[in-house]
Amino acid sequence: MSSYNELIKNFERTRAYMREFYVYGFKSREEYNKKSARSYDDERRRMESWLGDHMSFVRTPEGKSVFISIDSRNICHNPFYKPWKAKSFTDLDVTLHFIVFDILHSPEISMTVNEIMDVIDEEYLSGFDSPIMFDESTVRKKLKEYSEAGIITVEKIGRRSYYRRSETTDITELDDAIHYFSEVLPCGVIGSFILDKTEADSDAFGFKHHYITSAMDSGELAELFTAMRKKCVVTVSNLSRRKSEPERYRLIPLRIFISVQNGRQHLIAYNSEYNCMSSYRIDYLSDVIIEEPTPRFDELRSMLSDMQENMWGVNVRKGNAELEHIEFTVRVNEDEEHIVRRLEREKRVGRVEKIDENTYRFSADVYDTNEMVPWVRTFICRITQLKITNREVEKRFKEDLEEMYRMYGVDKEETE
Amino acid sequence: MIFSELYSAYYNTIAAMISKIIDGENSDEELRRVVEERAFGESILTVIPSLKAGKWQLVHPDMTTSLVHKPTMPLTVLQKQWLKAVSLDPRIKLFDISFPDLGDTEPLFTPDDYYIYDKYSDGDPFEDEEYIRQFRVILEAIRKKTQIRFEMVNRKGNTVFVRCYPKRLEYSEKDDKFRVVTSGWRSVSSVNLSKIRACFPYLGEKTLDKDMRETEYDTAVLRIDDERNALERVMLHFAHFEKQAEKIDDKTYVLKIKYAHDDETEIVIRVLSFGPRVKVLGSESFKEAVIEKIRKQKNCGLK
Repeated sequence: MSSYNELIKNFERTRAYMREFYVYGFKSREEYNKKSARSYDDERRRMESWLGDHMSFVRTPEGKSVFISIDSRNICHNPFYKPWKAKSFTDLDVTLHFIVFDILHSPEISMTVNEIMDVIDEEYLSGFDSPIMFDESTVRKKLKEYSEAGIITVEKIGRRSYYRRSETTDITELDDAIHYFSEVLPCGVIGSFILDKTEADSDAFGFKHHYITSAMDSGELAELFTAMRKKCVVTVSNLSRRKSEPERYRLIPLRIFISVQNGRQHLIAYNSEYNCMSSYRIDYLSDVIIEEPTPRFDELRSMLSDMQENMWGVNVRKGNAELEHIEFTVRVNEDEEHIVRRLEREKRVGRVEKIDENTYRFSADVYDTNEMVPWVRTFICRITQLKITNREVEKRFKEDLEEMYRMYGVDKEETE
Repeated sequence: MIFSELYSAYYNTIAAMISKIIDGENSDEELRRVVEERAFGESILTVIPSLKAGKWQLVHPDMTTSLVHKPTMPLTVLQKQWLKAVSLDPRIKLFDISFPDLGDTEPLFTPDDYYIYDKYSDGDPFEDEEYIRQFRVILEAIRKKTQIRFEMVNRKGNTVFVRCYPKRLEYSEKDDKFRVVTSGWRSVSSVNLSKIRACFPYLGEKTLDKDMRETEYDTAVLRIDDERNALERVMLHFAHFEKQAEKIDDKTYVLKIKYAHDDETEIVIRVLSFGPRVKVLGSESFKEAVIEKIRKQKNCGLK
């Protein structure tokens, strides 16, 4: 039986637990039946170690429920970056890391593997009772790994490889900028890694409407961005909520769609098997593998850019389906200019027209009017007309309104 | 690869500890403090024992080290790629900095690689020179904990002159706007940066209260009817609030959300966007605000 460790080797299981604890947070220990009870206990303990005060629990008849509760307006740094800093390592890894960078403490110092090994044995480990013995292949492998990460530079002179530390980048002026962008740009956790190397801590910035869950998907996102930069195909595992097992897809990733109103991130990609573009929730994706370059990337991305003129959210054109038309009118009283401003600034596509002194009309043609329904509902209290060519969506909108009247007991009230 | 020990809290902690030891500050108390500040809640059980026991052969049992230089590490390619992406964002102009030379590093992503599709369209003018100047005046004053003065037009259309301590620049991704959170200014605690004019450092000697106004919070209690994937949509939508959920039965959940009282109008609208899948149970005033809107809607005569 393995003993508990605060550090982890693989992020995927942690990612799933974090989402459960943060987004839902009502499940008791018994309900985490997919994994063993021990696994649940270990994950919960790690979470408590990483996130400390953000973890809470409540006792219910079903048992104890653990949840993460954070008002992201009251924090300066996304706490979900912490698990990304909990990667496990071996005793050899950590010892070698610090010694190598102590030997190669300046970019001017350039040494072969054998020279580095001699210095390690003579100057660093001889004082220990049972010194670690590094073999040449271990050191060479580590230096190669560091060279790929960009922190060591390799120079070949004749048949010998010389290793030296890469040049230092001066980031002393960037603290405020990195702090701000690490919270608002994709893969902000990388900015947080940079801040960890500095002494500065910035509390100059706060964030409202700040969805911090996307931090958990930074690994997948970074791979997808890399694939797009290289114009490559990817293979991914997709676990949709309708399936119990993930499916493997081969996709051409085209653009990441980010919502700042619900925190969800989608990949819009071309699926060659079905010959169509589709959107995929990033939090459902895992095991992104970058495959070969594709000549179709530019053409498909351009096609997506054209489509965006008729996309309200993330739903793209399906086959040859017709555009759906929507129009609704709202009543705007004399002192309610802010409603017109709301229509103008919140619409993503479509038009706003003034019909008369107290009436404005919004109209648009989109691939999926269903995506617009939540926004239209935000104008409840002033919607005077609604027409949608997708009759099903219009009918459901109106039925939902009737249900709301009943739900709050205003259905029987006299209409003014 | 993002998930690497190179970025780990342990590596950063060990680096800080070795720096302390090189400086001669190698007491147990000092080293424990470094672990508590930089690593995780239970790291204290691992880090110091592993160093002392010679598992990680970096520190001798007498807490001296053979390392000569304070540990540092150059930026990785991934870090440079992300910085390059930052350099392409128009908002970088807000910061009075000269960006480091990142050579031929390719950006991790460009503005064309992602699209924020539901951001409001009347965001702040991040490339406007006067806006940038004011942003920098405020940021500097936050850093130095000094006062600023500015003008703004209030809701009644009158120009008012304000002197205050800026405490924080609060950015809303949805609004794409900065607000200045202030103290010492009695009437309001925050103002949109784009609404202020003639903002300068205050060089006089008048003092002000430095304490920020306490935020008043309320709690909304919602019943979620889990049809059409409502549970997940609601939980994700309200994820950024302090909240607590409880399962009532397989299809019904109760969610309590703690929100700033000043944001009530916005929260009412957000709850309404879920239609009949979410019913407001409390507070009474919040529920009344929702019912009032629904009553008005009924009177709109929509058929």
